[in-house]
Amino acid sequence: MEIDPFIFRLSIFILSIFIGYYVVWSVTPSLHTPLMSVTNAISSVIIVGAIIAALAGSSKMVFETSNIFGFLAIILAAVNIFGGFLVTQRMLQMYKKKKK
Amino acid sequence: MSANLSALFYLISGILFILALRGLSSPETSRQGNYFGIAGMAIAIIVTFLSVGNFGIGLIYVLIFLIIGGSIGAFIAFRIPMTAMPELVAGFHSLVGLAAVFVAISAFLKPEAFNLGIAGNIKIASLIEMSLGAAIGAITFSGSIIAFLKLRGIMSGSPITFKGQHVINLLLGLAIFLLIGYLCVSQSSNIFWTLVLISFLVGVLLIIPIGGADMPVVISMLNSYSGWAAAGIGFTLENTALIITGALVGSSGAILSYIMCKGMNRSFFNVILGGWGATEQSSNLRSKEQKPVKSGNSDDAAFLMKNASSVIIVPGYGMAVAQAQHALREMVDALKKNGVKVSYAIHPVAGRMPGHMNVLLAEANVPYDEVFELEEINNDFANCDVAYVIGANDVTNPVAKSDPQSPIYGMPVLDVEKSKSVLFVKRSLSPGYAGIDNDLFYRDNTLMLFADAKKMTEDIIKSL
Repeated sequence: MEIDPFIFRLSIFILSIFIGYYVVWSVTPSLHTPLMSVTNAISSVIIVGAIIAALAGSSKMVFETSNIFGFLAIILAAVNIFGGFLVTQRMLQMYKKKKK
Repeated sequence: MSANLSALFYLISGILFILALRGLSSPETSRQGNYFGIAGMAIAIIVTFLSVGNFGIGLIYVLIFLIIGGSIGAFIAFRIPMTAMPELVAGFHSLVGLAAVFVAISAFLKPEAFNLGIAGNIKIASLIEMSLGAAIGAITFSGSIIAFLKLRGIMSGSPITFKGQHVINLLLGLAIFLLIGYLCVSQSSNIFWTLVLISFLVGVLLIIPIGGADMPVVISMLNSYSGWAAAGIGFTLENTALIITGALVGSSGAILSYIMCKGMNRSFFNVILGGWGATEQSSNLRSKEQKPVKSGNSDDAAFLMKNASSVIIVPGYGMAVAQAQHALREMVDALKKNGVKVSYAIHPVAGRMPGHMNVLLAEANVPYDEVFELEEINNDFANCDVAYVIGANDVTNPVAKSDPQSPIYGMPVLDVEKSKSVLFVKRSLSPGYAGIDNDLFYRDNTLMLFADAKKMTEDIIKSL
């Protein structure tokens, strides 16, 4: 009997939770704020779904209802991607060591 | 691009995201980590374009919207003051949540585009995944909006509670599951819309009873939700990058919530069910008798610190409110010139989000190797001459160690009272968020400095 592809995805998901668990525990507490902003940025990879939604359908009907939701999601996710990574970068630039 | 090849590229971007988080294990590697994250995102977006393969007019619109959103995001990222970071993060969470809802709606309206069957006959598994994604996304959205309004001060930070609140939340939560079940049977779009609306409502109801100082837990929790929403959508789209990311973000937020709850010695449910500040206020009534307090001015403080050999600074949310971090660093510079050893002690729940104080100190050019966590520095108070408490309160209250009756009993606190003298900058003797009197105010070795945190620090610099 063949294994349902869902099971593979579920395996990836559960293993990733474990990876996340160990990786996040090793994050130094002083970087918890950048951790939140960067997780925010990477969770905007949901833009992948938004792009598929926006480009679905024929080229004559660019703005069907489902496309419009896709376009709106693109804007929201793009705000997050650029905002999230840039603000993280800005914060990380500030963490400096003592001058010797 | 073939589906197999794009799946491999999505896996690469997932791995880059893991490395992005891994980089945060130390400030040196963190910047490189952020570049990994950006690379992962770029790969995911480009691969999506290639695998959709539709290079018509739609693509131009996609790029336009991408640029519009990106410019808004970049503008916000450069302009936002560091003190506003908690509300920025809450605001960003709401966007992820809403984007998840929109993608789910789109998938529901046009399942063909995502290979999920046809409208009115969507695969049951996909339907469950997308409705879970939509529901969690909607809760994340409205919950984060409330958190944003509270952090921004547009909405009062005090908990909003009413009778039967928990019962209503429970019923609405059950309703979400029943609706998902019914949706699978009926495939009706009305059910889907109802589901989304109820989830928006749950998000609001979930966050309004939680008070301002519990925001670190709330933000972490919403962070976690935004991850689970992304994972739900990832299952719908059968996209590995989204599934991996969703799992990473979900567990990251969950761990942060756990750390924050531990920092307050409260259970997660205790925080989520809310109303701490509201219910425990009776406890400060019994200690209302007048106790003697020593207060001083900036000259006294300057004199004490100048003649000390070591000083520990304890910053809290009040420092963020007064924007006193720059003045504080100048004061420390002046002290260092006098040969005083200075370090900073940060309580896990100081401020309004995890790591809030660290970012503010970094902004003021405080080297991160002078900043210590509670466990690292707590023993040093006994050997320190002066503790300078600026904008912190409950996290220094010795009652947490001595009085089992106190609502904060058992919460890990900084042993500030063990230092030879304590300088406590505060505007008045009013109790902190937990509504309890701070025993520290009345100790013999405490000198209260009644003033705004920034003003007092600046005055001390003048006197030094």
